[in-house]
Amino acid sequence: MLKALNKTGLVFFPAFDWAISATHPEREERLLYTQDQVLEEGLFDIEGIREFKSDIVDIKDVQRVHFSYPDVWRVMTESHFISAGGAKTIANAVMEKSVDNGFALVRPPGHHAMRVVHGGRGFCNVNNEAIMIEHLRHTYGIDRVAIVDTDCHHGDGSQDIYWHDPDTLYISLHQDGRTIYPGSGFTSEVGGPNAAGTTLNIPLPPYTGESGFLYAINEVVLPVLDEFKPELIINSAGQDNHFSDPLTNMLFTAKGYADLTRLLKPDIVVLEGGYSIEGALPYVNIGIILALAGMDYSHVIEPGYDPEKLKQSESITQTVKQTCETVKANWAQREAIGRKMRGNQKFAERRRNIFYDTEGIYETQKETLKLCPDCSGTVKIDSTSDRGAHILAIHIPRKACSACRDLGRQWFESAKPADYDMICLQDRIDDTYQVKNK
Amino acid sequence: MIIGLDVGGTHTDVVLVGENGLEKQIKVPTDTSALFHTVLTGLEKITENVPADEISHTVLSTTLTTNAIVQGKLSPAGMIVTSGPGIDPEAFRTSEHYFIVPGGIDHSGREIEKIDPEKVKAAAARLEKAGIRDIGVVGKFSARNPAHERQIAEAIGPRFEKVFLGHQISGNFGFPRRINTTFLNASVYPLHCQFFEAVKKSLKQKGITVPIHILKADGGTMGLDTSIDFPGQSILSGPAASVMGSVAFAPDYTETLVLDIGGTSTDMAVLIKGVPLLAPHGVDISGYKTLIRALNSHSIGIGGDSRVRVENGELKIGPDRTGPAMGYGGADPTPTDALFVLERSEGGDRRRAVQGIEPIAGQLGVSVEEAAYEIFDKTCREILAGAREMIENINSKPVYTVKEALEGYQVNPDHILVLGGPAAYFAEHFQNISGYTVDTVPECQVANAIGTALSRTTCEITLFADTQKGLVTAPEESFSQTVDLHFTRQDAHQMGTNLLKQKAVRLGAKTEDIETELLEDLEFNIVRGFRLMGKNIRVKQQIKPGLIHDFKNISKKIKEACAR
Ligand SMILES: [Zn+2]
Ligand SMILES: [Zn+2]
Repeated sequence: MLKALNKTGLVFFPAFDWAISATHPEREERLLYTQDQVLEEGLFDIEGIREFKSDIVDIKDVQRVHFSYPDVWRVMTESHFISAGGAKTIANAVMEKSVDNGFALVRPPGHHAMRVVHGGRGFCNVNNEAIMIEHLRHTYGIDRVAIVDTDCHHGDGSQDIYWHDPDTLYISLHQDGRTIYPGSGFTSEVGGPNAAGTTLNIPLPPYTGESGFLYAINEVVLPVLDEFKPELIINSAGQDNHFSDPLTNMLFTAKGYADLTRLLKPDIVVLEGGYSIEGALPYVNIGIILALAGMDYSHVIEPGYDPEKLKQSESITQTVKQTCETVKANWAQREAIGRKMRGNQKFAERRRNIFYDTEGIYETQKETLKLCPDCSGTVKIDSTSDRGAHILAIHIPRKACSACRDLGRQWFESAKPADYDMICLQDRIDDTYQVKNK
Repeated sequence: MIIGLDVGGTHTDVVLVGENGLEKQIKVPTDTSALFHTVLTGLEKITENVPADEISHTVLSTTLTTNAIVQGKLSPAGMIVTSGPGIDPEAFRTSEHYFIVPGGIDHSGREIEKIDPEKVKAAAARLEKAGIRDIGVVGKFSARNPAHERQIAEAIGPRFEKVFLGHQISGNFGFPRRINTTFLNASVYPLHCQFFEAVKKSLKQKGITVPIHILKADGGTMGLDTSIDFPGQSILSGPAASVMGSVAFAPDYTETLVLDIGGTSTDMAVLIKGVPLLAPHGVDISGYKTLIRALNSHSIGIGGDSRVRVENGELKIGPDRTGPAMGYGGADPTPTDALFVLERSEGGDRRRAVQGIEPIAGQLGVSVEEAAYEIFDKTCREILAGAREMIENINSKPVYTVKEALEGYQVNPDHILVLGGPAAYFAEHFQNISGYTVDTVPECQVANAIGTALSRTTCEITLFADTQKGLVTAPEESFSQTVDLHFTRQDAHQMGTNLLKQKAVRLGAKTEDIETELLEDLEFNIVRGFRLMGKNIRVKQQIKPGLIHDFKNISKKIKEACAR
């Protein structure tokens, strides 16, 4: 009889009745063949593997992370509430120790959703992992968390949400932003002045194969995790690095994903992208689940697998090596980098343009961060969209010092409703969300 | 008139039901070492002095195959298996006679590795040499495309007595379960054949040539002739018999919890408007998880004969049973003894029951009557707690669509039907402590046999259409047909209903009993390269478990007779 070495929980929510549009990659059919494979393999019958029914997140869970315009209901569909709920269900099961680790096989994905949400971008509306992590912090008092994002696209949403948070390590491995959406995730992006080094980007050249991915995991990710000592490791498991993915250009494999999972030993895995719905997803998901359960996955070999053809070139090996050196150096020098960013300033400013590809919305942001020696600093975001929405969003971090908390409240009080369509305050100390409308 | 025969652990009940309700009932002791004899004696006794032409058909619920599996008395069966990517098929080995041969079909039914007939022949030769007579052939995703199983069967040729093909056994997913199910079918086949011949012969000698049906774990029946191809379907029909026995007396407007209180255990099930819920996967027996359709039933180790004792100052009931109640000459006190002490039940020796409960009362520091009441109350409460747990399990079943997740249909019975030996004595107390309305199944001593007699034929079919490939298939039925891009879900429903009806008739159903129901109804756009290429349609339909058309009159008569 088959038995899992680790007790592994699964939430499977394929949302068979939800799509962005009929022919969109994020459509009903996406997890159909994965479900067929999971059922045919009999995974849920294996002793130690347990399927959970997905929960639904509530509005408070979302408001702990996002500033949604005009409101949560308008930026989320029911499927988003369930998808984020699936991550939450698995996280709770891990925290309650009913399982050792877990995998939320849910859609739609979330890692392109940033703190301010005007609409959908990169198939994402809200950030499933961030909603889950902040729920865990609120409910279980978790502090240090690491997210390792192995989607082929840079998780610019997760990076944005944790850019100023020194307690959340965000490491992303992805296809070089010069060759793919969303065009970000370079080694120079290391986090804000109060959290330098807790964002790390490992851009990989197109046609990187198993050896390149596993090299980056072994050389950078694992040593950094060792030093950071997170209480939880989250894997944002996009499966679009697979050699058969239609939207990307990598040479990764089902066995590679399983090896990566075995090395990383994540507590919680959340599905992100992956659009080779017949050739990759059924096999990659089986590989990840077996690896999580500590079981043999050597027979998970997808059709078309040819180690010779999928071998990365020597020049790619060299590029990956160099990139990893740069990232390691950034990590080693993170304190100096932070000091240099802060200089003698009291505030740090950042201006950005953000494009919401699903709905074609352009947003411009001016972000002001309090540079504080005692905490990670209150943040104020002045955001305008080309649809005419003007909002002011103030975030008081979880561990804000009293001066920074007062500053956040003062910013909120003094903002004039006449000047904005919406003014909101996310106070993570007392877990409240306040809105002033025009 | 219909004969219903239910083999129980200690005795076998046989009933004759007809226009006048329960026409005749007899009981014969069950001899587990000679089940044929038990069944044949039962049939002989029930047909005594009954004109052969008044019997329309016979339905049997036997523990023959179940016992063989539980006792490990299976005849050796061989397996030939093909896999493709996934878990190492070695993990699903059924016995030493298990061969993995090259071949592979993917989730969409495409061939990814060819069958090698020479390797198949080599495996078959080894099985033959080992003296194996019956084998199973199972491929991963054969429920999607059975071509490899058929090719293997062809390569093997006629050297075995019986070859079971996985795709014909079940159209549902679950490769390891399909392997187990096919293996069990092959393993019980010789025994089932012997039984089949014996029953036919015995009835023929009495001049009875009516159709014989076998009860299945899903509470439906199949013809004896069909059962030769699906002998495994007769596994675990016992719990189904009692559920079907309660169906005849269940209201059709609400949700009912059925509690069958036996000696060792209490079996429970849920009826939704009189229709029993099916288990999500299939029968689990002796460590074999299978694809054999079964009713959703749950068993807890508390019954009338459970051993009662005090441990660490706390009252404990079951799950072990050492024998009958002390009031019936047993060695240990039981809930049945509590009933004797409380004078809620008669027939046993109350003095001995009191002797049994006395030490418990002493340990608890209460009077004998109080101790008896505590035992009685706790038995009822633990049974209800088990029922709540089962309902919670049913309600926590994952759903895969936004619609289901938001609608969140929850089973919530407000009515209990009790049956089994001590049922009547528990009914009132269940009502007091649960707040549900509680009824006792009439003639509940033979309710299982009545349920067996009145069950209708059930079956299911699974239909897949892929309009991109231009093909619609129902592999279980060996059905496939080309279709064009205009094939719709409604067309699939129609085609499925026709196939289902044909199958039901083949299995022995009467047309008036064919009530079809959609179990699964999914349709997906197949998009490749941002272009709509076709539709993937999946339809699963069943004949619901239920009672034959004439049951209402019969059950009404039985109810009236009991009221008198
Ligand atoms: Zn992606
Ligand atoms: Zn501060």
